[in-house]
Amino acid sequence: MSAALLDVEDLHVHFPVFRGFVQRILGGGDVKVHAVDGVSFSIAEGEVFGLVGESGCGKTTIAKTLVGLVRATSGRILFRGDDMTHPDPKTLFHVRERIQLIYQDAHAALSPAMTVGEATADVLRTHGLATETGERVAPKSEADLRQAVYRIFDDVGLRPPAFYYDKYPDELSGGQKQRVVAGRVLALRPELIVADEPVAMLDMSVRARMLEFLMELKAKHHLTYLFITHDLATAKFMCDRIAIMYLGRIVEMGPARTIYANPKHPYTRALLQAIPIPDPERRTKKVLPRGEVPNAIWPPAGCRFHPRCPVALATCGWEGRDVIALLEERWLSPELAGREALAGPVEEWEANGLVARRDVGKSDPAPVQVLIRKIVQETGGPLGDAIRDIRVEGSTILVEFRPPDSLVPKAVEGRVVECLLY
Amino acid sequence: MTFDTPDGPVHAVTDVDLTIEKGTTVGLVGESGCGKSTLGRAILRLLPENARISGTVRFDGIDLSSRSPKEMRDLRGRNIAMIFQDPMTRLNPLMRIRDHFIETIQAHDPNVRPEAAVKRALKVLADVRVPADRMNMYPHELSGGMRQRIMIALCLLFKPALLIADEPTTALDVILEAQILQLLQSIMHEYDMAVLLITHNLGLVAEFADRVAVMYAGRIAEEGATVPLFREPYHPYTQGLLRSVIDLDTTKLYSVPGAPPSLLGESVGCPFYPRCEKRMAVCEAVFPEIRLVGEDHRRVACHLY
Repeated sequence: MSAALLDVEDLHVHFPVFRGFVQRILGGGDVKVHAVDGVSFSIAEGEVFGLVGESGCGKTTIAKTLVGLVRATSGRILFRGDDMTHPDPKTLFHVRERIQLIYQDAHAALSPAMTVGEATADVLRTHGLATETGERVAPKSEADLRQAVYRIFDDVGLRPPAFYYDKYPDELSGGQKQRVVAGRVLALRPELIVADEPVAMLDMSVRARMLEFLMELKAKHHLTYLFITHDLATAKFMCDRIAIMYLGRIVEMGPARTIYANPKHPYTRALLQAIPIPDPERRTKKVLPRGEVPNAIWPPAGCRFHPRCPVALATCGWEGRDVIALLEERWLSPELAGREALAGPVEEWEANGLVARRDVGKSDPAPVQVLIRKIVQETGGPLGDAIRDIRVEGSTILVEFRPPDSLVPKAVEGRVVECLLY
Repeated sequence: MTFDTPDGPVHAVTDVDLTIEKGTTVGLVGESGCGKSTLGRAILRLLPENARISGTVRFDGIDLSSRSPKEMRDLRGRNIAMIFQDPMTRLNPLMRIRDHFIETIQAHDPNVRPEAAVKRALKVLADVRVPADRMNMYPHELSGGMRQRIMIALCLLFKPALLIADEPTTALDVILEAQILQLLQSIMHEYDMAVLLITHNLGLVAEFADRVAVMYAGRIAEEGATVPLFREPYHPYTQGLLRSVIDLDTTKLYSVPGAPPSLLGESVGCPFYPRCEKRMAVCEAVFPEIRLVGEDHRRVACHLY
């Protein structure tokens, strides 16, 4: 494999959350969305590297950070060895000639008030025409510029170019708009194209055509792709290597073929299993992870997937709030809710790190303690095993967990996995 | 069904015959603009002013087209309910969840007191596995999955015989999508409810539907039982659509050539003619009426059969 084109090292991107004046005075520290929380990967020249995950996993934030639309909180981004983590405006201008972004929504990426020809010409006016030697020269005349746009349109299959030049975006189909966007990106002769869900908005019958088109462009212009998608099937087809992301972390990364043949991380397995299979004769009962992706402001301790993981261990990161979630889930059954009313309501429980607590006020805490013990015992599993102590302090019941084992990415059978099972 | 527009009439849905048996799921598939959502709305007469409808919709043997607007209002939600793609835009951001339930119940039974309505709502909420304390929250405080569960719960209040689900999971991630579909499936059995599942996702239809109707350019191209239709699609469009699905077994990409036609103005011949790989001379001039083909009650609109 050739040298790395892009290196991302321990990238963190946090967004501050705006809070009201009173809340800020009351304190509670800085509240941040941990959109990307310690991500490292590198992309070799000529490769298609896939970032795959569900909404909110941080994949688009990474894309935006790479082209300087979002500032990295910490970590490094190296492009051909040059540090471009925090580029000054002039460097950023040139970074964007080398790294370009194709967005999901081609319609939103094009100005409705400009013809697509003008929109493309505008890029050339700003950045100049790319020459064979890699230099950029200012266009000599408007006619010269128009010819350059024609060449680009011809290149991306918008033929005859003169016909498309004067079209407005709403006169074109989704696929054609995506071609205009691709043309505008190619006008800069970038080395790396970040394609963020480039086919998600297209209808199924034309999606394949767009993917083929992207692969043709790649071959013709010797491009490298960072392909961002939530669709594991498309990623499997397109990518040489993939990284599966969950809540701001990469959980599994390696050659696409290796991962699809034998996924190791429980989250990767869950994702693969959830894909609907277009074959009614292969219907299977799916075992899905519990609940939903948690909030990225307070990501779960330890492995972020542990509250939903079907094979979690006692050391995976169980903490106070997991007990509260357990009670809530149990009491979805009206029968259990009635029988265990003494331990609730859920709103009176409060979690702080490894501890969950409830102040029972004037009532006797001892029976509540017994009931919680019984509930935990009945539930069993890793959560129960992770509890250090269920005790009473004054009028408060406390459930305390053991701290989790430290989690580091490990090489497992040709890929890297961040999971305590390995 | 036709929409009058400044550019002329748009024939959104043309000559569609579709039957949904009690307690079954029919998948209505097609690409954007094929008329699938319009058809779903037409059943409930949820259409804009410029829509003109002809034909009849029968529900439980009763012709709905003769119903007054007031009678239709009572039928919606009570007998036929509908869930939409984006639950966030369907819930009122200024209303607590409990008030959505109270409002829905009182819309049909004005004499029900709020406390009684809440009690009824809590039963349904447990069925869709939403914790009771969510009742006091506002829509923005809930996750996407919770919101869609609440939309489903609102639909279930009157135990409707038919649920029209228009892209119910398209806004959701794949794991959540699978969770919601599992939920819908168990509720369907529990409530003995038929579902019209409107989607562009053939995978969902394959996993979920008893019968499938494939729409193209406002018409049904092919309709039949799910298993035989997926095993051997007859209509060239269905064949193309199934071939173009990208799944984990895809080794070669395929896309249907061309793009769907405009539905503006009158058309003759088969609407799929320009994109069809098996087109014949007759296809350009004569529209293929939908007819029974083969043995499994399959209906196909194609001159090949």
